Parts: sequence; structure tokens; C-alpha cells
Amino acid sequence: MTATPGAEPASGTSSLKRRFNRGVKSLTQGRLGRVFVIALPYAWLLLFLLLPILIVLKISFGEIALASPPYSPMLQWAADRTLSIQIHFGNYAFLWQDPLYLSAYLNSLKVAAVSTVICLLIGYPMAYGIARAPAGWRIVLLMLVILPFWTSFLIRVYAWIGLLQGNGLINHLLLSVGLIDQPLTLLHTNFAVYLGIVYSYLPFMILPLYATLVRMDLTLLEAAADLGSRPWKAFLTVTLPLSMPGIIAGSLLVFIPAIGEFVIPDLLGGPDSLMIGKVLWTEFFSNRDWPVAAAVAIAMLLLILIPLLLFQRIGERETTGNRQ
Amino acid sequence: MPQTRRDPAVLEAWQDPDARPFLEIRKVTKVFDGSTYAVDDVSLSIFKGEFFSLLGASGCGKSTLLRMLAGLERSSQGQILIEGQDITRLPPYERPVNMMFQSYALFPHMTVEQNVAFGLKQERLSATVIRDRVGEMLELVHMSEYARRRPDQLSGGQRQRVALARSLAKQPKLLLLDEPLAALDRKLRERTQFELVNIQERVGTTFIMVTHDQEEAMTMSSRLAVMDAGRILQIGTPSEIYEYPGNRFVAEFIGAVNLFEGRVAGSEGDLLIIQSDAAPGEIVLYHAHPLTIGTPVAVALRPEKLRVLNGPPADDRNWVRGQVREIGYLGDVSVYHVGSEQGMTVQVQVTNRARRTAGPLTWDDTVCLGWDTESGVVIPA
Repeated sequence: MTATPGAEPASGTSSLKRRFNRGVKSLTQGRLGRVFVIALPYAWLLLFLLLPILIVLKISFGEIALASPPYSPMLQWAADRTLSIQIHFGNYAFLWQDPLYLSAYLNSLKVAAVSTVICLLIGYPMAYGIARAPAGWRIVLLMLVILPFWTSFLIRVYAWIGLLQGNGLINHLLLSVGLIDQPLTLLHTNFAVYLGIVYSYLPFMILPLYATLVRMDLTLLEAAADLGSRPWKAFLTVTLPLSMPGIIAGSLLVFIPAIGEFVIPDLLGGPDSLMIGKVLWTEFFSNRDWPVAAAVAIAMLLLILIPLLLFQRIGERETTGNRQ
Repeated sequence: MPQTRRDPAVLEAWQDPDARPFLEIRKVTKVFDGSTYAVDDVSLSIFKGEFFSLLGASGCGKSTLLRMLAGLERSSQGQILIEGQDITRLPPYERPVNMMFQSYALFPHMTVEQNVAFGLKQERLSATVIRDRVGEMLELVHMSEYARRRPDQLSGGQRQRVALARSLAKQPKLLLLDEPLAALDRKLRERTQFELVNIQERVGTTFIMVTHDQEEAMTMSSRLAVMDAGRILQIGTPSEIYEYPGNRFVAEFIGAVNLFEGRVAGSEGDLLIIQSDAAPGEIVLYHAHPLTIGTPVAVALRPEKLRVLNGPPADDRNWVRGQVREIGYLGDVSVYHVGSEQGMTVQVQVTNRARRTAGPLTWDDTVCLGWDTESGVVIPA
């Protein structure tokens, strides 16, 4: 090949263009771009999740002190220029020894678990009904599920006080109908706590369930019927297993916030409905014992993390199957 | 192409007036939303062991008819009988019928084995019986080594086999196939056509297949019904449908055809003489049934039935002259589009006997085309 002089500048600009394209490509597809895209969420999580948790962890290893902030520092320069690290496990030992904390934890677990099951039992038929409704109706029904979010959570819980109290709407109604002679004690009971939690968290159960059910291929049910399966059995063998991801997601979305719930047991619950969220609040704001409060928070975090990991393991097995 | 070796007695059952049909569809109609007739007054008899195809363009009602047979759709009117028993009102899970779905509808959360066993489990059979039958079915479709896989770990062709095995596992009296090969690529589709016919022969089950692919319907079925707008236009063997189309739609839907419109001018014994503005002379062809003079008719001629002549025939019958407008080289044959002097485009197919890049004809050549009295068929205009 003979290189014509006129062709030189053309190849020069094309190589420049190529280099530019390569630069853009490396930013969007290459190593640099990949690192950038991945680093951003990690930096976010580090700054706003891991760091605060570490601070709380640090406080939990301190001791209460009359200072600002009200706990003993972990690292200290002693007089002889040595760095001393003080780690007190006393707060955790205290949690374990005082039956109040343990029973509050267990009660939280129980309330959250029972509420999750009730939410599932109420939410599944609702989600199913919405997913199988005519397409035009679905959006309306979903709006009705989401509608309560337009009012503040706190106001909705307060509204339940008005409904449940001795001279509240429900008792008033039952008395006037003549079903009861004495007002029922509804408020400040465990029942009220369950009611409040189920009422508040039901949408979080319905939405992920709806999402999985509406995506389901309905010809699978036709195939099941064609192969001799009655509708109820087809539901158990096809629809239910296929909606497992929605069941798991919905259960987590109800269970996790319900464990740490503070407002509902505080406003609707009685003296015996002690939940860990409320204990945490009291420890922090009434007793001003930050280290114990931090220890409670860390323990609660672990309490939530364990079922979460467990569920995730089940979910993974459910979706990937037993590949060989 | 799959050649079906069937017992002639079974094959020709529809010609025996005393034969009892296996499946009877009596005046079945399906109306959607009160006014849309998806299936309009369809009557059909299908005999045991047949491979019957419902052929038509999309939206012609063939799938709706199939779904009514499966019980997935309720018929608005009419009756469906299997071996004399009325199943019109039976729910799908009580019918002795299984269906292979177009999307295959395999259960994604079950293994291949579990999918095939699903129908058997509904019958409360013992575990050993189920295991044996599943093994047998997977053997039949050559999927034994994939028994533990899940549907999303299979290729399209493998899924199709599993779907077939699942629908055959319960040994249904009637198997319905909804576009069973539509999702496969061309090469695989041709191979699967063979296999499906072979499997049908081996298990002896009556198959009803819905397809929009005329080639598929022709090669695989013992008989087929051509449907349009919810009605059956013609029922017959593939060769009957191809050689003796009953009407214009069927003639044009199946294969290529040249239609010469004209009027009956007279007859000479078995020969019918037709006067057409599209041909310079008379068109003469065999026609069994006498027609009154003046009846408007169309003569249907397949492209392969036409010949290239050296000049106009001496008797001035059955010929046209025109110019080659387009040439389609297909390897084994070439198709020429000839613009006739009468303003019609006539298609003619010429076998490429010798190896050469261009045929004897080229663009703008003037050619004469002729045909025999046995080549054409008269259809109502």
C-alpha cells in the first residue's frame, strides 16, 4: 500500500476520534466506570449506615457519665502518654440479667411474628383479589390500599385511640345496638397493639404480594386444570409456591419494623404490652442512659438481622432452586 | 417430509358412512361480549387416531375452538361429544382431554420430572406407577437425562418436548396442540414435525393441532380444516385441500394460485368450457358436476401445473401469453411472474433440471404458457 499524503490528516482525526470513543467507553463500560458505579452506593452505605452503627456500638461499650455527651470515652490519653482503651461489657450483661429487657425482646418478637401472620392471612386474599380484578379496577383498588399513607402515620394511630377508648366510637356503637351493657376495655390492651400494627403495616404486605401475583402467568393455572387439578389444589400447588417471593418480601416488610415499633405500643398498648422499641426510648430519653440504650439498639439490630438472613437464605433457595 | 404410515382402515375412516366419529362438534358457537363471533356454527367429526389440523390466519377462531375442546372456554351454543358422551359442560379437570399450550406453560418451580408427574399425581396413582410412567414419557421425548432440570435451564426445543411429555403422560383420549412448533426455529421445526407424527403413531392418540402454518398442516395431518372468521371453509385431506380447493379463500390461503375468472360457455362430455377475459382462447377442463351456461366461475391453477410453450397451441385452448416480469430463484425451482396480455400476473413454476445460473427465460421475454385439462379446478366465483 502506498500512503497518499492527503490521507494522513484524515487518519489522524479518526485516531483522535477513536481515542475519544475509547475514553468514553472506559468511563461507561471499562474498569473505571464500573468502580465508580459500584463505589457510589457503597460510599453512601458506609457513611450513613455503617458509620452510625459503629458510633452506636462504641457508645454501647461505654459507661454512663455526667458529661456531654453523657458517656465515658472509649479512647483516652493517660498521663504517661499511653493510649488506653476502655471497653465495658457491663451494659450487655445488664440487659441479660434484668428480666425486663429479655421479656421485652421476646414480647417484641411475639407481637411482630403474630402481626406478620395476621397481615399475611388478611393481605394475601386482598392482593389476590386485586391482581385478578379487571385491569381497569386494579389501579383503583391499589390506590385504596395506598390511600391511608396520605395521612400521617401518627395521626392514624391517634385516630384509633378515639375509636377504641371507653367512650369511643366502637363502644358507643355496640352499646347503642345493645350487644353490650358495659363499655369494653379495648384501648391499652395487647389487642389494641395487634390491631394497630396490622392496620398500619397491612399495605406493606399487600403491595409485594400483589406484584408477584399480578406477574404470574395465568396459563399455568389453565395447564393445571387441564392436567386434572381442581381450582383449590391448583392454588396450593401452583399459585402459592410461585408467590413465595412476595410472601417473603411482605413478611419482612411487616416483621422488621414491627419488632422495633415504638409509637403503636406507646399509644395503644397497656402496661403489659412492653416492647423493645419503647424500652429503648425510655432508656434514652427518660433515664438518659445512652450506653444502655445503645446496647439495647445493638441487641435489637442483631435480633432483626438474624431472621432477615434466615429469610433471605430461604428466598434464595426458593428462586434458584436446587441446581445440580 | 414426514410420511405417515397409518393403517388405511383408520386413515380413511371419514369415508366410511357407518364409522362412528370419536369426537363430534355439533353447531358450536362462541360469542365474546355479546356480538363478536369467535367461532360461528362449527360442526366437525374427527375419527380415532387422526392427526387433525385446524388451519387459519390469526384471529380466525381456531384457538378458541381448541380451548372449548379443552374446557378452558365455555361454548355459547352447541355440543361437544367424545365417544358419544356429552362433555360440553364438563370443567377442564374432568375431561379426558389434555392440551399442549403454545407457551408450553411449564411450571417454573418444578423440575422436568415433577412437571410430567403433575397430571398423574392428580389421579392419586401410586408412587411407583407415577415414576414408571414419567420415565417412559421422558424416554419417548428423549429427555431422560434432563429429568432433574428446571424449565428455565432448558432450551426452547427441550421445553417443547417436556410439554409434550406432560400432556401425554395421562394417556388422554384426545391431545390438543396449540401451535406446538411456533416457538421453534425453522430447522428444528422441520425435524420436530417428523417426531411429532412418529410419536402420534406410536401412542395412537387422536391429535388435534392448531396452526397458522399451511406447510406444517399439510405435512403432518391426516385431515385438516381451513378456518376463516370463525367458520370452517373446507375439510379434507392435505391433497384434497390443495388440489380441489372448494372456494377462493382456500385456494389462495394454501399455496400460490392463478385465478382466471369467467363464465361457463358450454360442455363437451366431462369437459367444461369456460370463456374468460383473462385468457385469449377458451379454458377447457374436467369437471364432474354439470354447471348451467352463464354461471360465473373461477379457474384455479397452481403455478407448477403450468408449462412454458413454444407458441400458441393449435386448438387455441388453455393458454396465455405475456412478458416475464419477475424471476424468483429458489434453488430447486424458479418462479416466474408473467404479465399477461390480458393484464393479469400469472405465476409459473419451472423445475431447474440443469445446473445453471439463469433459466431459459429472462426478464422481458415473451412467453406462452399452457396447461392440461386435468390441471385446473373450477371454484365458484
